[in-house]
Amino acid sequence: MLDVSPFNPNTHRILNSETYIEVKDLKKRFGKIQAVNGLGFSIFKGDIFGFLGPNGAGKSTTIRILLSLVKPDSGTVSIFSLPLEKNRTAILSRIGAMVEEPRFYEYLSAYKNLEMLGKLSGKNVSHSQIMQALTLTGIEERHESPVKTFSQGMKQRLGIAQAIVHDPDLLILDEPANGLDPRGLRDIREVILRLNREFGKTILISSHILKEIEQIAGRMIIINKGAKVVEGNVHELLNASEFILRIEVSAVAKAFELISKAFKQLEPAIDPDDRIIMRVSRKDIPLINKLMAEHDIDVFSLTPVNSLEQYFLDKT
Amino acid sequence: MWQLIGIELNKVFLRRRSYIGFLALFMLVTILQVAMYVEGQTFINLMIQNLKNTFVLEGNLLNGYFVSFLLMNSLWVLLPFLVTFVAGDSIAGEAHAGTLRLLLTRPVSRTQVIIAKFTTSLLYTLLLVIFLMLISLGISTLIFGTGDLVVYSKTLNIFPERVVLPRFFMAFGYAFLGMAVVTSLAFMLSTMTNNAIGPIIGTMALVIGFTIITNLRLVAFETLRKFLFTTYIGSWTLFFDYEPDWSQIRFSILVCLVHILVFFGAGLFVFKRKDILT
Repeated sequence: MLDVSPFNPNTHRILNSETYIEVKDLKKRFGKIQAVNGLGFSIFKGDIFGFLGPNGAGKSTTIRILLSLVKPDSGTVSIFSLPLEKNRTAILSRIGAMVEEPRFYEYLSAYKNLEMLGKLSGKNVSHSQIMQALTLTGIEERHESPVKTFSQGMKQRLGIAQAIVHDPDLLILDEPANGLDPRGLRDIREVILRLNREFGKTILISSHILKEIEQIAGRMIIINKGAKVVEGNVHELLNASEFILRIEVSAVAKAFELISKAFKQLEPAIDPDDRIIMRVSRKDIPLINKLMAEHDIDVFSLTPVNSLEQYFLDKT
Repeated sequence: MWQLIGIELNKVFLRRRSYIGFLALFMLVTILQVAMYVEGQTFINLMIQNLKNTFVLEGNLLNGYFVSFLLMNSLWVLLPFLVTFVAGDSIAGEAHAGTLRLLLTRPVSRTQVIIAKFTTSLLYTLLLVIFLMLISLGISTLIFGTGDLVVYSKTLNIFPERVVLPRFFMAFGYAFLGMAVVTSLAFMLSTMTNNAIGPIIGTMALVIGFTIITNLRLVAFETLRKFLFTTYIGSWTLFFDYEPDWSQIRFSILVCLVHILVFFGAGLFVFKRKDILT
């Protein structure tokens, strides 16, 4: 197992950063299904932490355990350096969460939902705070509309709004991009990045849209069958991995011959669209480019294909 | 806690379906009042036919109190259905809708949540009973006036007008207690499932089943009957005995209270250990 945890000197993480979430040897079984199996990870103040795994990997169960919705069979969870079991209320007052598809009191307006949930957060949530949360997520114009008139995308936005309305330190967002169109995806991504950069929120985000994690998260964990596969800095994990490279050149046959001779171990091939494809490491790309230039072959593009997705599939 | 109860009350009373019970009661009471207005005298005459041969009966016997007593008897079977809708939906409905997780990811304890929801369900039941009292007793006395109350409870009883209202208040008070038992049962079942239909049907099945056992005067059920809440929830009629059996009333109140506590305790026990997976 690749280890690029914060305690590994190769990571870029500031080592003395405050630990916000610490999970150790977490286990949860539902009947015959071991949903979470000895999972452990750490999230630090200021992180955007990606939580990746295929469907049924145990992501939602883990998130529900972090939010005290599900009781673990064994293991420990500490949040803000406090044991969750004995400090549930104090911890939850500093957390904003969206668990799976956001659900609301559909007969109430967006504003009324946030007002009610704000009151439950144990803080005096003001009118301006509610409007700020709605503005940040881009649904302020519909604040008086009943939630039952909202599209799925608007509900996702409202899901984030309810998570931030009481100004929590830590956000736990379970699949926040679910059901969004490309514009919605981009908007949500920008909101999450703003919350982290401008408002200093620490964010745990789970997603099956791997590109999202690649674009947002600084650190990530990949889990499968309830257990950790890998945890670490997203860019280091990516750089350490191999991916598929698609090469478009002027003289395909000649280029293929040269590449096959120089990078035989990478098993290059020509796809039906006359592009050379091969599995490479990041360090190989400039070498390939240089080789083409030395032989006067024009390079139109060198495109990595589904880098993290390939990595993810390889690991799970 | 008060804030949480306020929020729960808001949720119940901002939802249109919560008013179905009130609407149903209003419609049925109105229909029965109109029917009594049209045919009430015939009904009264039939009831006191034998007495007329022996006694001289004077005054307004078809009065608001008499109509109200008839309404209470008639609608008593409907009330458990109506209170179950809110109590049965309380936890299971939110679990089904996915809003329970929204609620429980806030810094409120599960005990607080369940107390607030239970209190809200009881308040809804109380309001429903008060509403029934207002429209049956209030409107009936406005339409039919007041007078002595003639009722048949074990035997024919005639209550002078001055003692009738306290009897009604005590009867409605007990009716609330009886309905609170049904509310508690529906609430307990609501903590055990993730779909509101289950607790509603479950509660009604138990109420109907136990009522049948209670009313079947079979020796085989004699012992069992003593332990069934349905034996006691209808004891509001005891207040319309000429000399109420106060020891029996006190015992019935105690049994109802014990049932409420047991049902609530079981609901709390289940809910505190429940994994929220919806």
